[in-house]
Amino acid sequence: MKTKPIIELAKVIRSKNAGPYELTFDFIFKDFDTYERVKNSNVINKEKISKLYKISKENVLSVIAYDPAKAIKVTIVRPWASGAVEETDVYGAQQHTPLLKIKVPCED
Amino acid sequence: MKELRVLSPTGILGYGFPKESFQQGLELEPDMIGVDAGSTDAGPYYLGAGVSFTDRNAVKRDLQLLLNAAVEKGIPLLIGSAGGAGADPHLQWCVNIVKEIAKEEGLNFKMATISADITKKWIKEKIKKKEVVPLKPVPEIKEEDVEQAIRIVAQMGVEPFIAALEKGAQVIVAGRANDPDVFAALAIKEGFNPGLALHMGKILECAAIAAEPGSGRDCMFGIIRDDHFEVEPLNPERRCTATSVAAHTLYEKDNPYELYGPGRIVDLRNCTFEEVNSRRVRVFGTKFKSSNDYYVKLEGVKKVGFRTICIAGVKDPIMIKQIDEILKEIKKSINENFDNISKSEYTTIFRIYGRDGVMGKLEPEPLIKSHEIGIVIDVVAKTQELANTICSFARSTLLHYGYPGRIATAGNLAFPYSPSDIKVGEVYEFNIYHLARLEDPTEVFPIQLEEVKGGEIR
Repeated sequence: MKTKPIIELAKVIRSKNAGPYELTFDFIFKDFDTYERVKNSNVINKEKISKLYKISKENVLSVIAYDPAKAIKVTIVRPWASGAVEETDVYGAQQHTPLLKIKVPCED
Repeated sequence: MKELRVLSPTGILGYGFPKESFQQGLELEPDMIGVDAGSTDAGPYYLGAGVSFTDRNAVKRDLQLLLNAAVEKGIPLLIGSAGGAGADPHLQWCVNIVKEIAKEEGLNFKMATISADITKKWIKEKIKKKEVVPLKPVPEIKEEDVEQAIRIVAQMGVEPFIAALEKGAQVIVAGRANDPDVFAALAIKEGFNPGLALHMGKILECAAIAAEPGSGRDCMFGIIRDDHFEVEPLNPERRCTATSVAAHTLYEKDNPYELYGPGRIVDLRNCTFEEVNSRRVRVFGTKFKSSNDYYVKLEGVKKVGFRTICIAGVKDPIMIKQIDEILKEIKKSINENFDNISKSEYTTIFRIYGRDGVMGKLEPEPLIKSHEIGIVIDVVAKTQELANTICSFARSTLLHYGYPGRIATAGNLAFPYSPSDIKVGEVYEFNIYHLARLEDPTEVFPIQLEEVKGGEIR
């Protein structure tokens, strides 16, 4: 089956702290049709996220589709609390790039 | 139709806002001005050190405009999470700026200051009663965490604000507060639907971030009525769309359907977002559910040491190829040279930009593909002196280290600065992020009232 890179379908792909102990990723799609297509394809799921970040599935806390904003939200456990000695990204704003590898099946 | 109008000038007090947008907001006759001054985003340092992450001059600039407008219009000004982290030193810092402005500009008003500091004794009693629970994925709280904490605050809900308003306060400077509550307090006091009020507060607390194009330093206006609220940005170059407003509930939260806050859940499952015109969005259907028990969020930090860093670049390809082995040798040399100092007294991290400097252990491909790398030698130790010592030794050893195949024998590092080593100071970590049950929503948030008399304009 043909696929399309997620970056061609989403308007926003971002990461940010949700409090000091979690990282949350948002995918906001270009239009409702695209959103429905990605949502129904189920390519964004706990297993996929755990593989992309090389973390355990238990550390992927939730994957939620949010229709009003044509968005999919994923939340994972932060590798450490924000600002810990090992910290690399206090705001968690640059942790999204592994998500850019996601490919979505498409018919055309 | 009964309605209440709220002006939100900026995402964070001190981030600034265009005067034109603010003036536009004042012309719409707001019933209150609200501003959030805080966040944990900037990390644990600010709560620990008792300093603001915003700049004093920038905060004063914003407050000058806000105080003058509130006093002139005779409307309340509510400030939440004063000074950023919202503990007593931050609160005092903000109050001093408010008083300074009042004196300079001859402003008179009744001010309430609401503290959000929590005593160790109080938490320990709550722990004994099993009334402190972790916010997942945080571990259970131990007495030791409380002992180690430098400073602990609780996030207040709407109730302390309402209590201060009922006492006649016009300007409220509050310590750590749940962000939306600052904007919802007056509406809830006036009997509007608390679900709608808090949802509107959630959007207003970030000012124009929910608009398109978004901005954390531009004004937003909210109007709450019987069964809906409306939001509109005040800069004509921005607009709210159904999607931009809906998407905002995703921001910095783990669940877009449920917004947790002190004593409640705001349920967004049945919300509808309707575009009133090209710039204004109307929201219906937000529901409020009271919790059986009233919990507030606690935030605490402990001190872990002192930091010294050194920033350097490496371009030599022979060196880059074996950077891991080289850094391993440097760490070994540190341990050997300072074998009289326990290894538990310091941590040395070599951050490699160009490989995994941004993602650390989350980096799925820790490979170097660039022609140069950035190294941050990062030492955290029990004392500043020891951090300086280890960082200095690591820097000089790495600079002159003779790795296999070396041809650039004059030095291995490119320093952008002299001095090369930078003392960063105290290092803190979050160690409390828990919920505590309250008997009364105002029990740990004492209100102090004061008549601020600025007198004549100087």
